[in-house]
Formats: sequence, structure tokens, C-alpha cells
Amino acid sequence: MLPELYNYWVVILLMMTGFYIVIVQGNLIKKLIGLNLFQTSVFIFYISLGKVSGGSAPIFAEGVSSYSNPLPHVLILTAIVVGIATTALALALVIRIRNAYGTVEEEELQQRDLEC
Amino acid sequence: MLLLLAITALAIAWLRDLFAAVMLAGIYGLLSASFFVSVDAVDVAFTEAAVGAGIFPLLMLAALALVGRNEQTAYRRPLISLLLVSITGAALVLGTLDMPAFGSADAPPHNHVAVRYIEESPKEIGIPNMVTSVLADYRSFDTLGEVVVVFTAAMGVLGLLFTGRAASPGSATERANMYDHRVLRVVSKMLIPLILLFALYVQFHGEYGPGGGFQAGVIFAAGIILYAMLFGFGNAQRVVRPALLQILAACGVLIYGSVGVVCLLSGGNFLDYSQLLPDPLVGRHVGILVIELGVGITVASAMILIFYAFASATVNSEEVA
Repeated sequence: MLPELYNYWVVILLMMTGFYIVIVQGNLIKKLIGLNLFQTSVFIFYISLGKVSGGSAPIFAEGVSSYSNPLPHVLILTAIVVGIATTALALALVIRIRNAYGTVEEEELQQRDLEC
Repeated sequence: MLLLLAITALAIAWLRDLFAAVMLAGIYGLLSASFFVSVDAVDVAFTEAAVGAGIFPLLMLAALALVGRNEQTAYRRPLISLLLVSITGAALVLGTLDMPAFGSADAPPHNHVAVRYIEESPKEIGIPNMVTSVLADYRSFDTLGEVVVVFTAAMGVLGLLFTGRAASPGSATERANMYDHRVLRVVSKMLIPLILLFALYVQFHGEYGPGGGFQAGVIFAAGIILYAMLFGFGNAQRVVRPALLQILAACGVLIYGSVGVVCLLSGGNFLDYSQLLPDPLVGRHVGILVIELGVGITVASAMILIFYAFASATVNSEEVA
């Protein structure tokens, strides 16, 4: 039982760690790191689903009959690149927030908003 | 491997120092890349190694240079959040109990469309790397969408950050602090051409081995970014001009889209490469090569542009201060 579902449980642990960081931490940069952890845990989940025991990497070769599933690989490959692009966009927004408010701590931001 | 990943993640949650957290995030990226190799996802591992251990920490560090490395506020309601997270996690674990065992060959994901990809694609597309055939042929419309997303995100970053003012060469900021590290300078001088060459190999060898436009794009960008960090931002901008990159980023998407239109004009469906040439197999091969080139150009220029935008924001804020 343990080795069979072990991967999925680690994925859940990683996902929840990321989730916890996003909820608890007030610093916007730290929140982004947490979001990134969450995202990577989903990648690991997909790739784990695609694994076939005894299969080889999905590149056709003579004498190999069993391959791992190529479809999750394609989805995650593009998701990683799209993920870094959107993370960069989020970072750019954080920098603009910092320029406008002088802080990236959520509570101070809310106070500033209330003062206005 | 997964245990190490989990420990790194917990350490990231624990640390208050953002600089250390970003460094750990880099290690986390490298560890997950090695995990991807161990479960046969070589193409994904390539991308994750270049993005997760290379570009992501660099961008984070560039942002930290502007924002400051210390967190100030206390945690907000940590106990309630911990409870909430544990309940969600427990519910998810309960959900996994019904899942097929890890690695079992008769799990549902392996029994529908994947069978066709594995059995038919080497004959139908004529290239051994199934990941490339699915990415660039069966699901090429998806991939076009993703390239457009990368392009749009890069334009968004530029819109938010780019001031259009290049760092003047010869100014105090031109030479990054790293320039004084002789070992780093000599080693990277030897490595950068190899990194760029390797990126081109990955680009054009994507049908036979692991590789393709996305991987090559991020590796190429990592090489240029390394150069910018060691030899100064102004010098890098003279080698690879931002204006040129903006045009290239758009050109990549354009190349991809126009392959689709050419297919339409020659009587096939959008992105149906078999119409490109009289021999459908050769046509597919050429089509995949060209769109992978488009993907590579867009991804590389988008990543370098994003880095330039962050770096120029840092330089400007230093000059103001």
C-alpha cells in the first residue's frame, strides 16, 4: 500500500505547503514562491500519472515495447514555460506595487488603502 | 528524491529570509528535474532544469534586489490556516485511496489516446520522439496558444517595467559586481558558447532525442542571461538589442501561425503539415521543424526580454537612489 501511493501523498504534502505559504505569509514575493511550489506539485502529479513501470522514455527505439505515457509530458513541458512567463508577470506587478506603495507586505498595503 | 523535495519545501515555508528561500527554490527546481528524469520524462526534465533551477531564481533575485530581502509582518492566523491546510490535505489523501497504483500499466490515462500516440506516431509522423510529435503535430493548436501566452506575458512585463532607457555603457552600473570574480569570469567565458551551442543542438535534434523549441528557448535564454549577469547589463544589451528581441518574439509567433495558414492555403486543415510537401511524411517533418523554430525564437526572446525588463528596473532604481 505504502509504495503504491507514496508519490501522490508527497505531491499532496508539497501542494499543501505551497497553499499554507500563500495563506499565511504577508509578503507578496513569498506568496509567489508558495504559488510556485503549488504549481510544481501539480507538475509532479501529472508526470507521476504518466509513469508506466518497466516502461522507457517515450522515444521510439528498436526492441522497446513499453513506453511511459507521452501526453502528460507534453502538457507539463509547455505548462512549465507558460508558468515562468506568468510568474514573471506577477513579479513585475509586485515591483510596480512596491514603487507605488513603498512596501510589499500585505497588511501595510491594506492600511495604505484604508487611509486613502 | 521526493523526500528531499518535501524537506526543501518545508524549509522554504519555515525560513523568514527571502534570499535563502529563493536559493532553496532553485534547489527545489533542480531536485524536481532529477525526479522527472527518474520517471522517464526527459523532455520535461530539460525544461524544469533550465526554468526551475535557472531562470526562476534569477528573476526572483532581480525582484528581491528591488524589493528587499526581509519579511516584516508576522504570520496571520497561523493555527487556523494550518488546520484548514491539514483538512484539505487529509481530504485529498482520502481521494488518492481510490487511485490506481503508481506505475500500473492498466491505469485509465494509459488506455485511451496515449495508446494511439505510442503505437502510431513513429509511423504516422515519422519521428521517434513521441513527445515532439504530440506537442508539434497532434496538439499543435494547443502549443500555438501556449506560445501566444508566453509572448503576451513578456509584452505585459515590458508594459509594466520597461522604461525604454538602455543602461549607458561605461556607467558605474555597466560592470556587474561579479566581474571581479576571475574564476567565474573565465569559466563562464568558456561555458557560454557551449551553452548556446547546446541550445541549438536541442532545438534541431528535438525529433530524435529529447528536446525541442521550448527547451532550447529557455536554455538559450539562460546562456544570454548568464552573460548579462557577469559582463554587465549594458554590454549584454549591445550584443543582443532589446528592439531586435521584441521583433524576434513577434516573429516566432508569426512563423508558427503562418505555417498554419500555408497549410490552409495548400488545401489542408490549419496546421495539417502533410499538405506542405508532396510527400506527407517529409511535409510533416518540415512542418514540425519550422514551428519548433518559431517556438524556440519566441520563448528565448521572451525570456531574455523579461530579464532585461527586471534588470533595467533595478539599474534605474539604483541610479535614482
